[in-house]
Amino acid sequence: MANEKTKASEEQMAYAGVLNIGMWSGLALLIVTFFVYISGVLPTFVKINELPKYWTMRVHDFNAALHAPTGWGWAPLIGNGDYLNFVGIAILSGLTILCYLVILPILVRKKDTAYVVIAIAEVLVLSLAASGLLKVGGH
Amino acid sequence: MVHRFSRVIILFLIIAAALCTAGVAIAQHDAHEAAPAVAASAPEHGDAHAPGAVPAAPASTTPWWIWPLSLFVVTFILGILAVLGGVGGGVLFVPIVGGFFPFNIDFVRGAGLLVALAGALAAGPGLLKRNLASLRLALPVALIASAAAIVGAMIGLALKPNVINTLLGATILFIVFIMAIAKKSDFPVVPKPDTLSQSLGIMGIYREESLGKDVEWTVHKTPMALALFIVIGIMAGMFGLGAGWANVPVLNLMMGAPLKISVATSKFLLSITDTSAAWVYLNQGAVLPMIVVPSLVGIMLGSIIGVKILAKSKPKAIKWMVIGLLLFAGLRSLLKGLEIWK
Repeated sequence: MANEKTKASEEQMAYAGVLNIGMWSGLALLIVTFFVYISGVLPTFVKINELPKYWTMRVHDFNAALHAPTGWGWAPLIGNGDYLNFVGIAILSGLTILCYLVILPILVRKKDTAYVVIAIAEVLVLSLAASGLLKVGGH
Repeated sequence: MVHRFSRVIILFLIIAAALCTAGVAIAQHDAHEAAPAVAASAPEHGDAHAPGAVPAAPASTTPWWIWPLSLFVVTFILGILAVLGGVGGGVLFVPIVGGFFPFNIDFVRGAGLLVALAGALAAGPGLLKRNLASLRLALPVALIASAAAIVGAMIGLALKPNVINTLLGATILFIVFIMAIAKKSDFPVVPKPDTLSQSLGIMGIYREESLGKDVEWTVHKTPMALALFIVIGIMAGMFGLGAGWANVPVLNLMMGAPLKISVATSKFLLSITDTSAAWVYLNQGAVLPMIVVPSLVGIMLGSIIGVKILAKSKPKAIKWMVIGLLLFAGLRSLLKGLEIWK
């Protein structure tokens, strides 16, 4: 039996709760949108049967050949079956930032200064990665 | 009875893996041979003849749906093997799919990161609630590793495919070496926690059901471990592998966290490290739903079946089978990178 000493901390339980809901929501959405994509209900940015001609390319060449969007350029294209899937992928990828934001007030209330700083720094790092500001050069 | 059952499972997995590999190889051969004269037509939004654009590959006679279906079957098997072999899905996914499917390694690494990320996100809540994954241990490590993973992802996307394949192959062979020789310690002795871990309060207590008692733990050598997590983060981002194979030895053998805490915290840690790298791949366009979704679903379903089989299998036999599989995939990647086995 778990006793008080072995129980997870308040912030750990809060993190787990958000992660649990977000994970299953994102995954369910990803599976649904994938079936929408392959069913052909919506138009696609790249025709499904032509995709095998392009997925052998490096990503920079793929983007150049198809004028595919980078960064958050996919967001206005979610009316296309292929880019609709990015909603679920973005939820799964963005979930950790949300979890940190949820535990931040708890850490502040506990006056856990070191972990407040760590959590804020992590949110900044992940937000920078998510922002699309980081560019990778072609070759 | 149990031994016979595990032999049947192993035989089934070997046959299934052989059939899938053969199927993929045949389809790949077909893709290379098919209709070279067929001109590549640009998709509705694309313009293959635009300045600077790269012409598309020749049309293949292989129906498109063969690939997601093959991916689903292969990743389902990988999901089972990953659980039985005690490794993350990403470390099997990238070299095997990168080596035997026609997808560019950029898209394979993007998918590999998301596969590892989804597995970590799914396991995270349970591990945190049971206090096996420690937020206090994970948060400082994650900050270092996730920042390094961004750098790794950017390096990985800038390097040429043959360089990536060569480095990936060498890394996989190194992982095989670690898996073959690494010892694990259930309850490492920590003579004295270091100053940094004390000031951050990295310690805990959890219920060890197998012993029927509470186990207190603390860590040492934190600065050295944090320095190693820079390297681990870069490699995770560069190759899209996940990094459980490196996280666990550092947390367990170097820092001295109990094995259960190390394994659980490592799994949770991947959900943060892989997030940062996944965003870089996503923002560069290196994520194709047609590769990601079947792989993700396949590996998660395989993992569920793997957990059920785990109770009735011989872990040692499976571990050596996974090592053999990784050895083969690592060699394939290395030789592909060196252009010896194209």
